[in-house]
Amino acid sequence: MENRLIELTVNGEIREVAVKANDTLLEVLREKLDLIGTKEACSMGECGACTVLIDHKPVLSCLTLAVDATGKEIITIEGVSSPKGLDAVQESFVNKGAVQCGFCTPGIVLTAKDLLSRNPNPSDEQIREAISGNLCRCTGYTKIVEAIQAAAEGGAGK
Amino acid sequence: MNTHRIIGKRLPRIDSKDKVTGKALYTDDMSLPGMLCGLILRSPLPHAKIIRIDRSKALNVSGVKAIVTAEDTPKIKFGIISRSAKYMDEYPLAVDKVRFIGEEVAAVAATDADAAMEALDLIEVQYEELPAVFDPEEAQNPAAPQLHDHAPLNISREYHIKKGDPAVAFNQCALVREDTFTTQSAIHAYMEPRVALACWGKGGALTVYTSTQTPYYVQQHLGRTLDINPDNIRVIKPHVGGGFGGKSDGLSAVEFCAALLARHADRPVKIVCSRDEEFAAARRKHPVAITMKTGVNKNGIIVARQCKAVLDGGAYCSLGPLTTILMGTFQTLPFGFEHYQYDGYRIYTNKPPCGAMRGHGGPQVHFAQDIQLDMIAEALGLDPVEMAMKNGLQTGDQSAAGFKIVSSGFQECLQTVSAKAGWKQNRKSKNKPCGPKAYGIGLGCGGFPSGAGFYFNKTTSAHSSVIIKAGEGGGLNVLTGASDIGQGSDSVICQIVAEVLGLPLEDIHLTSADTQLTPPDMGTYSSRVTVAAGNAALNASKAARDEIFRIAADHLEANPDDLVANDRRIYVDGSPDRFISFADAVNQFQKKNDGSPLLVKGSYNSPDPLSPTYSFGAYICEVEVDLRTGEFKILRFSVAHDCGQPLNPMSVEGQIEGCIGMGMGYAIQEQLDFEDGQTLNPSFMGYSLPLANQMPEINITHIVTEDPHGPFGAKETGEGSLDPAAPAICNAIYNATGVRILDLPVTAEKILKGLKKKESQDGKSTDRADRKR
Repeated sequence: MENRLIELTVNGEIREVAVKANDTLLEVLREKLDLIGTKEACSMGECGACTVLIDHKPVLSCLTLAVDATGKEIITIEGVSSPKGLDAVQESFVNKGAVQCGFCTPGIVLTAKDLLSRNPNPSDEQIREAISGNLCRCTGYTKIVEAIQAAAEGGAGK
Repeated sequence: MNTHRIIGKRLPRIDSKDKVTGKALYTDDMSLPGMLCGLILRSPLPHAKIIRIDRSKALNVSGVKAIVTAEDTPKIKFGIISRSAKYMDEYPLAVDKVRFIGEEVAAVAATDADAAMEALDLIEVQYEELPAVFDPEEAQNPAAPQLHDHAPLNISREYHIKKGDPAVAFNQCALVREDTFTTQSAIHAYMEPRVALACWGKGGALTVYTSTQTPYYVQQHLGRTLDINPDNIRVIKPHVGGGFGGKSDGLSAVEFCAALLARHADRPVKIVCSRDEEFAAARRKHPVAITMKTGVNKNGIIVARQCKAVLDGGAYCSLGPLTTILMGTFQTLPFGFEHYQYDGYRIYTNKPPCGAMRGHGGPQVHFAQDIQLDMIAEALGLDPVEMAMKNGLQTGDQSAAGFKIVSSGFQECLQTVSAKAGWKQNRKSKNKPCGPKAYGIGLGCGGFPSGAGFYFNKTTSAHSSVIIKAGEGGGLNVLTGASDIGQGSDSVICQIVAEVLGLPLEDIHLTSADTQLTPPDMGTYSSRVTVAAGNAALNASKAARDEIFRIAADHLEANPDDLVANDRRIYVDGSPDRFISFADAVNQFQKKNDGSPLLVKGSYNSPDPLSPTYSFGAYICEVEVDLRTGEFKILRFSVAHDCGQPLNPMSVEGQIEGCIGMGMGYAIQEQLDFEDGQTLNPSFMGYSLPLANQMPEINITHIVTEDPHGPFGAKETGEGSLDPAAPAICNAIYNATGVRILDLPVTAEKILKGLKKKESQDGKSTDRADRKR
């Protein structure tokens, strides 16, 4: 299959990249743009590990074709923190012990950021519902929910 | 009282900032120049002879750089338990025969995944199909197909325990119950699929980055199966996205094929398993049929136990021979009894091999034990908590399988959790449905070894070792073979070193699990790392402190015994102003030693071949069951766990909460389905892991005991916390509905069936299994 050049706007930067028509956004982010923070755990849209934000909405990058992401604003986990430090949601995940193996973490952090941007004061139930498309096998989700709650209380969504 | 600065504190893990920002590198995040993509060809048949493999067409695919089969290997078998030849029953690439669907037959390396996939399709394998057997009972029939020449009746392992005389003891019991329990095929479902990246140096040295729990064993078994000196192999474990026992087999075909392909292609090769491969062909938990017979006296004291377990082992040993033993030994925790007989049989079947999964045999037998004790308590009119109190092992006791209990907080766990969950009051509401929904509350109990006391191979290495090297700036490099797979051992080891040497955590720089740099370590399994690697870290830290205090004592003209290390300083206790900085002390050490670095080591071996010490726990689960549909909701888990001294309570809670998630999935929904050896649901969706919106409230109390063996008195948490989850749920459902589920998983359908059966039997006498004497 032929490669063609496309432009992707990732974490505020325009990146020119050669892709095949059937390359997923996940493949392109990880293999061509070295954005390895986005994780591949099932490639079938079942686990949420590859979640990125496209135009502020959480999207499964394993089910998204790279060519379909042109002209849109893509945020990966690398775009959440700044050289100055962690984002409030990330900080909360660290402080609340919400990270174990860490493989699901980038996807859940991005899902949580989307939730808090829409709903700055979510209930426990709303948090659980929001992250119910992200599988975690280590934590039982308890400390992840606590971390999102604490981030909300700290004003992360405002 | 905890007077420590760092031990016992709720501290963030040292790797969590890298993990929340996506900076943490896992094996699949790494690439090397010229790296090829590897894929594995797997058997489509459950049992067959391999007649011929033709790779000529596949080799013509553009981009294909190497294709390997068993013909390219020395054909040496392996098995994690290499102390006995018969447990090494598997080739890393199938030789002459395949024994399960998914077995590794060949592997391809190509410049990209599309080419590798195309080549995989073009490898022609001619098989001669053989009769297959999938059921462990059928497999023991002399007429059944035999999987391995060395195993008549397909018995992979049998193990027997006999203590006292249960047959006689049963005759003196007030009540004896015998029940049969069955458990399903379940799987680890770690989030990071298995992956390995291999490359060879021109001098013949091999480097393998791999997602493993046991890098030291991978090094040994790769050496064995490639027929090279293991010392020429460097195994590096980057960050690992969970294992739960599924990456503890010492070697997987993924590592072997990556290494072999890399040698043939003379380029680095990475193989990443697909999720389908993980569900269909990776190791999994043993399904088991357990016949348990327990006799008690009229006060509910357990007198005798007899148990037969038939484990469906799948096609190869993996860690199964040990699982067969552990199902016998783990059921002697947390309760004591005098008379015991265990007969365990692991049977080969034409299905993917079963090995270790979190709890390693414990979840299956504790499911049986705690339900049976709940039944016995009911029959005797006893409260299950009170009965557990009477039977629980205490400090100084020895279990029927010989586990020596050096610290037990089990009774305190029971008292605490029953008080916190309002057990007595809530238990009274049993079977009083409010509307169509009934409330129920149930107990599950656990006890678990804090680590095995032996290696699976013959070695002179200590179980764990730690090396500490001090830098001129006062920071420390700590080298450990221990493998953090997400449980947090890297953080705990740093906490221990920082505590002993009076340094902040940021001064401790850890390198873990790199066989070329770090000393040997058994790896992450058997809930051993905190106690074993923690003690090795403690011993190394004390050795470093001795050296530093010697220097400081000279400098301060003080007695080393009077010194303390705190806040990057060494000073005389009570006189913090009379100090030398840690960095100055290190530099003075170097001056006195011709510039040699301050380099110390510490090791640890379990003093007991079974385990140095044991954790305990008691869980209470509350449920609500819809009596019209059998659907149920798990409302709450109340937990009390004795892990000695929690070194980091936040991490300990994370382990318990994770265990409840996994235990709940096991109890109510997870199940691999098979048809003629084919996995029918090889996906997250098909297998059904618990989701965030399914998880109940979890209330945890740490029961602190002073353990004489653990570092700072710590014991295990990561596996023992799984065992009580399933029986607590089942006992709560019984409490709500009067329906006993003896085969996992518990589903609404099974409950509804039970409710209907109960309805039709209403009024008739129940529980024919009870035998009053």
